Amino acid sequence: MSEARETGAAVDVKARAAEWLMERSLSDNWLAEDQTRLDAWLAQSPAHEVAFARMEATWDRTERLAALNRPTSEIAAPAPRRRLPPVFLKLAASFAALAAIGAVAANFMQQPHDRTFATPIGGHETVSFADGSRVELNTNTILRTRMTTEERVVWLERGEAFFQVKHDAMHPFIVVAGNHRVTDLGTQFVVRHDASRVQVAVVQGRVWLEASEKQKAAHSTLLIPGDIATATASTVSITRSSAQALSNNLGWRRGVLVFNHTTLADAAAQFNRYNRQKIVIADSVAAGRKIGGTFPTDAVDDFAHLAQSVLGLRVTMRGEEIVISR
Amino acid sequence: MVETPETSRDDPNLRMAGMSLAAPEVRAWFAREVLPLETILIQFLRRNWRDQSEIEDLLQEVYARVFEAARREIPETPKPFVFTTARNLLINRVRQQQIVAIESVADLETLGLAIDEPGPDRNAVARDELRRLQAALDRLPPRCRQAIVLKRIEGLSRREIAQRMGIGEGTVKDYLAEAVSALSDMLYRESSDLRRQP
Repeated sequence: MSEARETGAAVDVKARAAEWLMERSLSDNWLAEDQTRLDAWLAQSPAHEVAFARMEATWDRTERLAALNRPTSEIAAPAPRRRLPPVFLKLAASFAALAAIGAVAANFMQQPHDRTFATPIGGHETVSFADGSRVELNTNTILRTRMTTEERVVWLERGEAFFQVKHDAMHPFIVVAGNHRVTDLGTQFVVRHDASRVQVAVVQGRVWLEASEKQKAAHSTLLIPGDIATATASTVSITRSSAQALSNNLGWRRGVLVFNHTTLADAAAQFNRYNRQKIVIADSVAAGRKIGGTFPTDAVDDFAHLAQSVLGLRVTMRGEEIVISR
Repeated sequence: MVETPETSRDDPNLRMAGMSLAAPEVRAWFAREVLPLETILIQFLRRNWRDQSEIEDLLQEVYARVFEAARREIPETPKPFVFTTARNLLINRVRQQQIVAIESVADLETLGLAIDEPGPDRNAVARDELRRLQAALDRLPPRCRQAIVLKRIEGLSRREIAQRMGIGEGTVKDYLAEAVSALSDMLYRESSDLRRQP
């Protein structure tokens, strides 16, 4: 409905009206001469008056949002905290339980609410937060989290994680990966952060993907289920994926790799993410052969065996490496 | 022929000629009575105007005329006044263009648009307001949303918002201006998207 096409002039007037309004609303010291300048602008055209009236009315309506300010807001105050909020204790408890498993490393030398979770190669851990959100860490992953009553931010330092977020419009769940930022809008999504790129796939709901810092918010991208966005420092590309393909990509959550017309090279690269014992495909013809099937992420031997018996390739051991060739 | 807004003020009891209302008063009336009609006004213009790229222009022109008229005298019945203004504008445009017969602009009476119906149920609007606001907030770019949440919900000052977001105070203004501009469209142009929100 809002796609009534707007001329450049109408857009400019709107933007200018919004700026005037904000200048006035945010000012601690709105002087008579400021008002005179505003009045002069308004008097230029009834279109200015109308646009300003519209912005003013919108701004007034947002005042109602104050109703959402929660009584716990004193936690947000910079005053020293006498007692730990229950959320902290819950987090600490869930963390202690995880730490006991032994697969999760923590770093207490950060802010009080900051935690760091890490998985080794081949690892797979689930972290539950007090707000009901869950994060599953895939192999070789480092995730730093800051979950407070004010903000929910996690930093995917490296690796891959699947997020099931309890949506809270007032406290968006934000995933920072490299120089990109993913904001959930009620969602299940997966983020993978390699050395040079960030990949985001949405399973359910919607997320915003935006380049953080310098770039303006206008450049952010809305992703919907089936979207797989691949972002590098300078580009973002989006491809559509079937639900089946998406589910295959998330096989790791069940501890498996799902291949479907996957080249041997890709399959090997995927196994190599999960295992210290690396597979090397030694020639390009073998690398291009396609395979299908479902393997446990640690089934390197089975995979090598399959390459040998089904594809008729040569499998040799070279130190820790498994070399596959013709 | 429907009376034009320009001639609707010849009731001598109302106001002395040349006397105009204070702009803030007119703006308040405009926001209260006219802006809520925006969705159906756009529908009306779309149905009665061939070139859809001109709808936004026409809307702004209707608004400007209504505003100017209200400055001299606040119309007693805003809804018929707004739609009469819109209809007269379309008729004038058609005459200027001399392309299409005047009959091509449908009579208000035959539009199925009952303009004398009461406006939107204000109670229902009030009940839904918070939900609508939240849904609209969700659709803002994250930084804009964060800025407006900090301002309106947390009640922070401009300086505090700048510190919290790690940006300059000028940028705080930019984000909030962008937010309020986007919200104005979301709140006054009801999209099917918004209505479908649970």
